[in-house]
Amino acid sequence: MSSTVDATETLDVQGQNCPMPVVKTKQAVDELDADGVLEVLATDPGSVSDIAGWAESADEFELVDQSEDGDVYRHYVRRTA
Amino acid sequence: MSTDTPAGPTDEPSRAELAARVAELEAELSELGEDVAAAQTEDKMVIVATQGTLDMAYPPLILASTAAAFGYDVTVFHTFWGLEILHEDHASELSLSAVGNPNLSVPNAVAALPGMDAVTSRMMRQKIDDENVASIEELIQTSLDTGVDLQACQMTMELFDYEETAFFEGVTTGVGAATAFQEMAEADIQLLV
Repeated sequence: MSSTVDATETLDVQGQNCPMPVVKTKQAVDELDADGVLEVLATDPGSVSDIAGWAESADEFELVDQSEDGDVYRHYVRRTA
Repeated sequence: MSTDTPAGPTDEPSRAELAARVAELEAELSELGEDVAAAQTEDKMVIVATQGTLDMAYPPLILASTAAAFGYDVTVFHTFWGLEILHEDHASELSLSAVGNPNLSVPNAVAALPGMDAVTSRMMRQKIDDENVASIEELIQTSLDTGVDLQACQMTMELFDYEETAFFEGVTTGVGAATAFQEMAEADIQLLV
């Protein structure tokens, strides 16, 4: 399955568990320029709900897309400001 | 005609006085508005960590690093056995006991044998490693990297005879209950673990 979202950076947290996917996503998106998109590759099933919930409460970031590809969950987060 | 009403227009505040008062009130209002805005934007969480067993070391650190990712200003005040989590030499050796722990399927009579705590702890640590759950040291480093203030209770430091240098670099020392309480009073979330 391929995604239509173009990512500027990729963060690989495959194999890592709670709370690392969210914590490392936040650290990585802080480094993005405005409008930059981070692709997060994770294997933690909890990352789907965790990253969506985190993005909802974040002022400067939005969740663009989430998809499941076998055991890998892909999350796309854009920096809006 | 009554004589107790204020006489003469000279007692009334002048236009200029009123204008000055209005300007004063406007300034006060805008200051209050700024305070309210600041109070709303600065989300804060304080956790008091009192336990030093391997299982109880996780919740404060996981919640702290997560809250930091949510933009919260986070303080974890470590007191009593919670201090062990911050101890550079002890953090990787935190243990747990199967005695009186119905969640571990070891009979108490066996769990109470000498050396069993070490066995139980080693098994738990192996499981944590196998399941790719972050280690305590990793969570401490991540917490510090993301701006979490990890504090060591001064009174417990004296009680256990711990020097400042015994803790991970970046740990705040020299703080007591009053500091913790003050921070808790300002926080949106306060937890005792």
